[in-house]
Amino acid sequence: MKISAQKLCWSAGNLEIVRDVSFDVAPGEFLGIIGPNGSGKSTLLSMMAGIRKPLSGQVMLGDLPIRSIGSREIARSLAFVEQQAETAERITARQAVELGRTPYLGPLSGWSVNDDDIVDAALDNVDMADKADRLWHHLSGGERQRLHIGRALAQEPRVLLLDEPTNHLDIGHQIDLLELVRRQELTVVAALHDLNHAAMFCDRIAIMDQGRMTAIGKPAEVLTAETISTVFGVEATVAPDEDGICHVRFRAGGARRNSARKDAIS
Amino acid sequence: MRFRPPALPNKRHAVEHITSKMSRTGVAVAALVILAAALIAGAAIGETSIPFDIVLKTVANRLFNAGYPLEPLDEGIVWAYRLSRAVVAACCGASLALAGAVLQSLLRNPLADPYILGISAGASTGAVAVALLGFGAGVLTMPMGALAGALAAFLLVSLLAVRAGSGSNAIILAGVAGSQMFNALTSFVVTKSATAEQARGIMFWLLGNLSGVRWPDVGLALPVTLVGLLICLWHVRALDAFAFGNQAAASLGIRVRRVQIVLICTAAAMTAAMVSLVGSIGFIGLVIPHAARLIVGVRHGRLLPVTALVGAVFMIVADILSRTIISGQVLPIGVITALFGAPAFAFILGQKRARP
Ligand SMILES: Nc1ncnc2c1ncn2[C@@H]1O[C@H](COP(=O)(O)OP(=O)(O)OP(=O)(O)O)[C@@H](O)[C@H]1O
Ligand SMILES: [Mg+2]
Repeated sequence: MKISAQKLCWSAGNLEIVRDVSFDVAPGEFLGIIGPNGSGKSTLLSMMAGIRKPLSGQVMLGDLPIRSIGSREIARSLAFVEQQAETAERITARQAVELGRTPYLGPLSGWSVNDDDIVDAALDNVDMADKADRLWHHLSGGERQRLHIGRALAQEPRVLLLDEPTNHLDIGHQIDLLELVRRQELTVVAALHDLNHAAMFCDRIAIMDQGRMTAIGKPAEVLTAETISTVFGVEATVAPDEDGICHVRFRAGGARRNSARKDAIS
Repeated sequence: MRFRPPALPNKRHAVEHITSKMSRTGVAVAALVILAAALIAGAAIGETSIPFDIVLKTVANRLFNAGYPLEPLDEGIVWAYRLSRAVVAACCGASLALAGAVLQSLLRNPLADPYILGISAGASTGAVAVALLGFGAGVLTMPMGALAGALAAFLLVSLLAVRAGSGSNAIILAGVAGSQMFNALTSFVVTKSATAEQARGIMFWLLGNLSGVRWPDVGLALPVTLVGLLICLWHVRALDAFAFGNQAAASLGIRVRRVQIVLICTAAAMTAAMVSLVGSIGFIGLVIPHAARLIVGVRHGRLLPVTALVGAVFMIVADILSRTIISGQVLPIGVITALFGAPAFAFILGQKRARP
């Protein structure tokens, strides 16, 4: 299922947070969004998920504007994993994943064996089956993050929106998780911070900078030393590695203060 | 390959499913038996204790015209006074506890309850205003006045909380401020417009009092409680989905605003009806849901029925205690619930601090 943004804008008061962002994501494509803190990635994703109403512009899910689709219907084809979602409830790991079945259950239709199987598969998929009965607040940050992904998979979505999915994960689980997401062959839009991971896993990369999408394209086209320097204010060298994937190496002492960077732009 | 669950249904799950269905019916029957037992105890125990079989025979006479020969005095006490009172107590306990459970889940705050959030205080003000000042005379009845007061209080408290910042304690602080204000308003209205005798009666009622309750009151309490329970049960999955916050609920397909409005209005209506009948009673809405969570966990499909049951039974027992602790005198029921509730409240506060 394809998803696209058409001239999306959002602002808080006078502050423009997302400015006129448009792009298409093809079915089965993995799009990475990179950009500095506060550049509007999370805001953009929550508009794509239909949770935040754009000030202007619209999101198309498949061939329909997302605001014309019922929220349950959306949740059956699109799953969104927030950057931070915590709970004080004493729920277990399994119960957290079971929440993913919510869009399929009505007030009168009960939990079925099929739902159990889907939850089992999701737990397996994120490597948490053995910890299914642990309490949420006894789990590590990375384990919680994997459960959020598991919950999203239990929604059986066709589009997956991930906001910094590899937060808190150790390097092994970061790679595992991105590989896992790739394997599902879903349409994926993910905000990522690690440029090398973005290069490894994404079909295309988009850059957000101060609310604008300043570039979108194949990793090798987008990840250049100049772009990285203007957007992040960090000196880097980019070279293709032996697999032909572009590899970013940062240079120590290359970081410029944000103010210096703003001066450089203006 | 696209994510696919295993094709064959898991046998273990199928078996678990059937047994869980059977045990659910069993639990429901057990719950009704417990509730009936509490009601009978409520009718049997008191200044003059009346044997259980007389209570049962009275019920049979009244409901099914069974025609058992009974002492008219006993029958009168059981039917006209104690049973109606026990039924209203049960409704009151169930409603307040449910309101608390729902508010705690929606606001994601373990300290939320209709009393602390000022909803009860607002309802008292509304009821008193209608009774004494004759606001909307003829159109607004006391329960409707209470409902208007309850909703106004919640609105005010929410606005205050939004201004005070988004911390999870903002709503509690706002609630404390709101209930102080509405209690002051009530006192003001009472002092200004009530005769000395009215004032005494109202103050007694405000502390929570089941003495004046008769069958017509059941006509309000029972439907409100049952409809409220049904509305809450209709939303159990939505309430579960709020565990990770509003955004997470929205991304699971919950219409967050709508659910919030429906459930908060339901909680306010249940609270308002009970306040207009028996005054404002604290701690039930706060403590009972936590007790229920300890028994059955946090899933609302189980939590809400158990909360209602425990609330109902607790209130019937509290009413019995209020009538029997000091012989010849009736304590306000709020005194009993606070005596048990305050230490429990302290316990919850301590627990909350201990958790990071
Ligand atoms: N509801 C809001 N009210 C006011 N400001 C907001 C609101 N939501 C977001 N912002 C601001 O919008 C900007 C973009 O926020 P957003 O969370 O989208 O950034 P981000 O790119 O996801 O950053 P990060 O990498 O830190 O996650 C931030 O400066 C934030 O303070
Ligand atoms: Mg973000």
